[in-house]
Amino acid sequence: MTEGITPSQTVGPYLELGLPWADGPFVVPPGTRGAIRITGQVLDGAGAPLPDAMIETWQADPDGRFDHPDDPRGAAKPSVAGFRGFGRSTTDSAGRYEIVTVRPGPLPAPEGGTEAPHLDVSVFARGMLDRTVTRMYFPDEAAANAADPVLSAITDPSRRATLIAEADPDGQLRFDIRLQGDHETVFFDV
Amino acid sequence: MTVGNPPVASGGLVLPRYESAAGVHPPLDSPEYKSSALRHPNQPLIALPQRLTEITGPLFGAERVGEHDADLTAGHAGEPIGERIIVSGRVLDSDGRPVPDALIEVWQANAAGRYAHHVDGHPAPLDPNFSGGGRCVTDSVGRYRFVTIKPGPYPWGNHYNAWRPAHIHFSLFGRAFTQRLVTQMFFPGDPLFPLDPIFNSIPDQAARQRLICSFDIDTSVPDWAMAYSWDIVLRGRTATAFESREGK
Repeated sequence: MTEGITPSQTVGPYLELGLPWADGPFVVPPGTRGAIRITGQVLDGAGAPLPDAMIETWQADPDGRFDHPDDPRGAAKPSVAGFRGFGRSTTDSAGRYEIVTVRPGPLPAPEGGTEAPHLDVSVFARGMLDRTVTRMYFPDEAAANAADPVLSAITDPSRRATLIAEADPDGQLRFDIRLQGDHETVFFDV
Repeated sequence: MTVGNPPVASGGLVLPRYESAAGVHPPLDSPEYKSSALRHPNQPLIALPQRLTEITGPLFGAERVGEHDADLTAGHAGEPIGERIIVSGRVLDSDGRPVPDALIEVWQANAAGRYAHHVDGHPAPLDPNFSGGGRCVTDSVGRYRFVTIKPGPYPWGNHYNAWRPAHIHFSLFGRAFTQRLVTQMFFPGDPLFPLDPIFNSIPDQAARQRLICSFDIDTSVPDWAMAYSWDIVLRGRTATAFESREGK
């Protein structure tokens, strides 16, 4: 084991006192051209929605860049005004969250090849002693998804499908997160 | 199962690498903590080699912290009831480097062990002068400090006569998605430690103790507030030839 790291504990039932931000869901400011709305439900092993969960997202900008000093390609100011890369949404009484963002660009993978556009997603809730981490991919990127090293290493197609959002007829994306059971979302150890 | 092959460098990219926290965090399936029963994955987690999205992260700082945010006793009509305390410490990487300019968010119960939240049905008084949420940001050497009231223990429904030891919830971003941490700080000598399934969900006894702050007379303020200190250690970057070449 690793010496010294502070262990995780659950957010508990009262995260609303400390974590929500009024602008949390807005990875890009309201009214941004080309913005997409991602919604979904967080569901437990009995299929019941979690009314006390929080999700967070992190992603590259539309050019596939990060405004971060550890990106070896250099920190890049985002090409979309007000782009934050980060989204945070608590769930409502129906377990529903909402994120407003723009599609990230593809990324070079360290081993060569290309990662398809994706969001990293963290899930926090009462009953979860540590966050869980998943990824959301886009449904209209079939070729890029097929070449993505993370997706393509998940051999079971029904499991892989849990990482790909569904397009609503009105252009929104739906990405449900099932913590357990049938159609359980793929979670990662990062 | 491992996804892909995780060389540190090829394709022209040299990425930092954050060490594993294996064995430190509680298992998601912790039967003694009943709420975990339907909220943990049954399938094993899939190893995700750290890539660009994982080694970067949001860099929030002072712009997210308001005037009274680091003083949970301020911002109301009067002083909250309870024992005024100062909580301070440092945020470090597991390799000992400070984590500067990093946002910390905290929330807690009041002195009577009641959260200012509609779900909390504990028949203890609410305090009109305490809402229980705060924020601060670490300085250039990773130090943080906030002023609050010592929270009380409170009953919960996990099992017969269950009580949570007094604690303050902490949320930290660090500098990378990989470092994100939400945890709880406990107070020294709490008699509830052996009885709390959340505290005891941490498999390693020594790691458990790292969630307990220390009484710290040196950071107290005479005639005004007692003080506790608590350092938080996030996953650090493993030492690699690539890092030393970068001079980090």
